[in-house]
Amino acid sequence: MIVDRLIEWFPTSAAWPGITFIVAVILCAVPVFLFIAVYALVAIYGELKISSFIQDKVGPMGQGVGLHAWRWGLLQPVADALKLILKEDIIPSSADKKLFILAPFIVFIGAFIAFSALPFSQTLIIADMNIGIFYILAVSSLGVIGIILAGWSSNNKWSLYGAMRSAAQIVSYEIPAALSIVAVIMLTSTMSMQGIIQYQSGLIWGFLPNWLLFNNPFTFLAFFIFFISGVAECNRTPFDIPEAESELVAGAFTEYSGMRYAFFFLSEYANMFVVSGVAASAFMGGWQSPIPGMLDTPGWGLFWFMSKSMFLIFMMIWFRWTFPRLRVDQLMDVCWKGFIPISLVNIFGVGIWHLIVG
Amino acid sequence: MDNIAFGLIVAITLGSALMVVISQQLLYSAIALLFTLFGVAGLYIFMWADFMAGVQIVIYIGGILVLLIFGIMLTNKISSVNISHTSLQRRVGAVITLGVLGFLIPMITKTSWLQISSEEPAQTADSIGRLLMMEYLLPFEVASLLLLGALIGAAMLSRNTN
Repeated sequence: MIVDRLIEWFPTSAAWPGITFIVAVILCAVPVFLFIAVYALVAIYGELKISSFIQDKVGPMGQGVGLHAWRWGLLQPVADALKLILKEDIIPSSADKKLFILAPFIVFIGAFIAFSALPFSQTLIIADMNIGIFYILAVSSLGVIGIILAGWSSNNKWSLYGAMRSAAQIVSYEIPAALSIVAVIMLTSTMSMQGIIQYQSGLIWGFLPNWLLFNNPFTFLAFFIFFISGVAECNRTPFDIPEAESELVAGAFTEYSGMRYAFFFLSEYANMFVVSGVAASAFMGGWQSPIPGMLDTPGWGLFWFMSKSMFLIFMMIWFRWTFPRLRVDQLMDVCWKGFIPISLVNIFGVGIWHLIVG
Repeated sequence: MDNIAFGLIVAITLGSALMVVISQQLLYSAIALLFTLFGVAGLYIFMWADFMAGVQIVIYIGGILVLLIFGIMLTNKISSVNISHTSLQRRVGAVITLGVLGFLIPMITKTSWLQISSEEPAQTADSIGRLLMMEYLLPFEVASLLLLGALIGAAMLSRNTN
C-alpha cells in the first residue's frame, strides 16, 4: 500500500520507473529499521523491569553521568545499546570468516522483511499482498539458515549443538504455526492481512468483538497453538534450549560479540514482534477496536494494533520469567504429539463449523 | 519498475548459481543456493505468481535447503571445517555442457513464449486452490499419498529397532 502510493507520488515515475521503485522501497525500509531499533530498546527495558518485578527486585534504577539515580533507569537500554556498539568485534581465528560475518545478517533479514506485510493500521501497511500472511510465514523460515550458519561457522561445539537444536526446533514448530493459520484462512477465505482483519469487524455472540479468537472453539484453540509455536520459533523460554545458558553458554551465539551479537538480539526481538503482530492481526482483530464502532480511525487503529502486539510481547516476557525450560525430548513431544494432531483436528473442526454455522 | 528490479534479480540468481557450481566448499555452495532459490522466487513474482513464490521459499529454502545444510553438517566431523568438492573430468564435462547448450539455444529462440499480461490478476492463490481441489483433485491426493508413504518410511528407518 505505502509502496504503491510512494510510487504514484513520484513525478519522475514515467521516466525512471526502476529508480522510483528502488527509492520507494528504501523509503519504506528505513523507518521499519528505525522502528525495530526503538521498539527493541523499549522491549529490552520492559524485559529488564518485568523480570525484576517477577523476581521481587526493583530492576535498573539509574545510569550515566549526571543521570545517576534518575528515575526508573529509563536509560538502561540506551546504555546497553552503546555498550554493544562500542564493544570489540571478535572473530575467532578458527572460525569460517565469511559465513561468520554473513550469519547475523541472514537472521536479521528474515525478521526484517516480514515487517513489510504487517498491517499497523487501516492505511499503514507497506504492501498489502494477496498472500500476506503466507509471505510472513515463508520469510520467517529464513532465520533458521542464519542460525545454522552461525553455529557452524563459529567452529565451536556449543555453538553447533545450539544451532542443531535451534534448527530442529524452528523447523518443527513451523508446522503447527502454519496449520493453525490455515484454520484462519479457511474462515476468512483470503490470505491478505487487511482482508483477514476486515473479516473480524462487528460483533459476535451479541457482545464480543468478532475476533477469530472468539469466533468458534477451534479458532480459539488455534490462537494458543499459534502463539505458543511462535514463542518456540523465537527461541524464547520455555523453548530456549538452543540458547540454554546453563548448558550451552549461549548456543549458536557463543562466539559472537559487539554489533554482530546485537544483530541476533535485535532479530530475536523483531521476531517476537512479528509473531505477536501476526497473532494480533489473525486472531485479535489487528487494528480493529475492541468495541466495534468506537475509536476506529486509522490513528486509533495504530494504537489498537500496537497495544495488542505489545500485550502479546508482555505475555512472552511473562512466560520467560515464569516457566522452566523444557527438555529436548519434551519439546519435540509437545510439538509432534501434541500440537500437530490438535491443529489437524482444528482444521477439520473449522471446516465442519464453517459448513454448519456458516 | 520492471527492468532494473528484474535485472537485479536475474543477476543475483545467475551469479549465485555460478557460485554454487564454482565454489570449492560444499557449505558455500549450499549458501549460494539460498540466494539462487530466493532469486527464483523473485522471478515467480514477475510472472504474477506470488503464491508460487511463497511456496518456493517455504519448501526450497525453509525445507530442502535446511535439510541439505543439516546433511552436510551431520556427515562431517565437527572439527574439520574443510569440506571441499573439486571438479573432475573437466574436458568431458565441457563437451557435454556445450552439447546441451547447443540444444538449448535453438529451443529458447524458437519457442513461442507466452506473453505475461501487464495487468495484475485479482486473485492468484484462489484459482490455484480451485484447480487443485476440483479439477486436479486425484493427482493432488496421489501426490499427498506418496509423501505420506515417504514420511512413514523415514520414520520406520530412523526408529530404534530394539
